[in-house]
Amino acid sequence: MLLGPALTVSVILFSLGVAGVLFRRNAIVIFMCIELMLNAVNLTFIALAQQLGPEGQVIVFFVMAVAAAEAAVGLAIMIGIYRHKNSLNVKEINLLRG
Amino acid sequence: MTQVEVVFWIFAVVAVGSALLCITRRSPVASALWLVSTMFAISAMFLLLDAQFIAAIQVLVYAGAIMVLFLFVIMLLNLGGSGPSDRLGWIAGPVMFAVAGLLMAQLWVLGRLTPPEALMRTSESVADLAETQGIVGMIGEPLFRVYVVPFEITSVLLLAAIVGAVVLAKRRL
Repeated sequence: MLLGPALTVSVILFSLGVAGVLFRRNAIVIFMCIELMLNAVNLTFIALAQQLGPEGQVIVFFVMAVAAAEAAVGLAIMIGIYRHKNSLNVKEINLLRG
Repeated sequence: MTQVEVVFWIFAVVAVGSALLCITRRSPVASALWLVSTMFAISAMFLLLDAQFIAAIQVLVYAGAIMVLFLFVIMLLNLGGSGPSDRLGWIAGPVMFAVAGLLMAQLWVLGRLTPPEALMRTSESVADLAETQGIVGMIGEPLFRVYVVPFEITSVLLLAAIVGAVVLAKRRL
């Protein structure tokens, strides 16, 4: 019966991901923290799939596909930003600020 | 505590420790490598939760493909060193306490959780289903029956991501 421990670990990993997004200023590290949060959610899905049937594992499959697409596009955007700004510090990326 | 739970907690400690190091290391390369370690530990936890196929996919896609992409971009942009630009802002201290408090509140609730009856499937568990249908068949059967439309939409999404990544990263078309 690993549901309780798995949900606990998932909460800790998700909170660490949120903390990373809030603390760090490097856009790539923020992006890695988003991947960490996606992994924490996947862990929740798998833990509940053990109790409720394999549909949760199918959802994890979709989450991974979306994460891969997101990583490809996001990193391409970062290369574009770096070309313009010569930096990936989110403090300096304020093009859309009014 | 059963043997499975002991192994689970070992990997849980590895995952949380690696995640903690991932968000605190100043160099992005070190962060990425600690994140790979987290992914492997999470994959081991998937294995203990009767999701063998997803565990293999986790290692292949996350720890393999996605993290190599991250490291590739970090090295392409020459961000390897820890510059002075990655400081914590003035707001970091209060936010740290807020996040820690939120985490503790969630853990407190989860700690006294007794899973409701609806979450206890006794008739056919995933392990039994894997016996009868096979580990991959158990996932493939709903994937190509109930979830076939989302599956096809995923293919369109991946195509759009490929085209988008090429268009965004190319200097001029």
